[in-house]
Amino acid sequence: MKALRLLLPLAVFAILVVFLWVGLSRDPREVPSPLIGKPAPEFRLPQLHAMDKQLSTSEMKGQVWLLNVWASWCVSCRIEHPLLVELARTKVVPVIGLNYKDKNDLGIAWLQRYGDPYSISIVDADGRVGIDWGVYGVPETFVVDKSGMIRYKHIGPLTTEALERKILPLVRELQNA
Amino acid sequence: MKRYLFSAALATLLAFAAGVLAQSNPALDARLKKLEEELRCLVCQNQSLADSSAPLAEDLRREVRALADQGKNDAQIKEYLVARYGDFVLYNPPVKAITWLLWFGPFVLLAGGGVIWALVLRRRARRGYDDDDLPPDPRAVDAGVEKARELLDDPRA
Repeated sequence: MKALRLLLPLAVFAILVVFLWVGLSRDPREVPSPLIGKPAPEFRLPQLHAMDKQLSTSEMKGQVWLLNVWASWCVSCRIEHPLLVELARTKVVPVIGLNYKDKNDLGIAWLQRYGDPYSISIVDADGRVGIDWGVYGVPETFVVDKSGMIRYKHIGPLTTEALERKILPLVRELQNA
Repeated sequence: MKRYLFSAALATLLAFAAGVLAQSNPALDARLKKLEEELRCLVCQNQSLADSSAPLAEDLRREVRALADQGKNDAQIKEYLVARYGDFVLYNPPVKAITWLLWFGPFVLLAGGGVIWALVLRRRARRGYDDDDLPPDPRAVDAGVEKARELLDDPRA
């Protein structure tokens, strides 16, 4: 009983440390998306390089693909861009670029300058589709499986680590499924 | 002529004002303002949708207004946002299994404190007094003073 009384404050302290540790090591900017495991929201958007042509979510069914949300005004998009260009070169997975709340000429010029890794670029000028996909911080990258289900979301600029540890293994797994 | 022109201008102005007034709806504005205060802006996370001037907050306010214009009620509008951004957009988290600790944890702690308090009180009542409450024994005090005096007088010290 005496030992218990002495150990109790220590136990309470230990629990507190665990809570604070977990709480502090989490990034509050990363809000878990409720869309993971749900069908990708439907869109039908004009293509950046051919505004008379459109692309819809359903046309991507049957293959694993990535949706990368970017804009020419987005500074951290420039950080992740070389990784996307590199990824496009390997032709492992098609990346659809969602040009989010941008001006078309600025977007096209940006891609000419930094390289165009996108199989198709689509235009979300007013950000409506972005809202449907729960986009709140550009850049964001989604992994969509063959059945059109969102399987993963990366918030913020892609990193080599995120690509190699998480996204590419998942893509390979989904492609073989 | 002058007077006629003036009244015509006034009539036009009044018609225009009436048109503007008909478009803005104070009751709807108040309702949306209240709703937006319960919604979190995702970009600047410690601001409500009503307070934030982030571009996304503007878009979401526009979206909320469009939904309200479609006749959606507050619960439906919240549902729309939660489906896209998760419970995180709500300043008032819903009660469900994962938030039980959040909602009921403080009451559990309060109850725990109450139990400890009751135990301490009961033990004191049983013993009649606490050690610290005892007045010092006068004999012990005298003995202590004697001892101190001896030590002070001790030439070896």
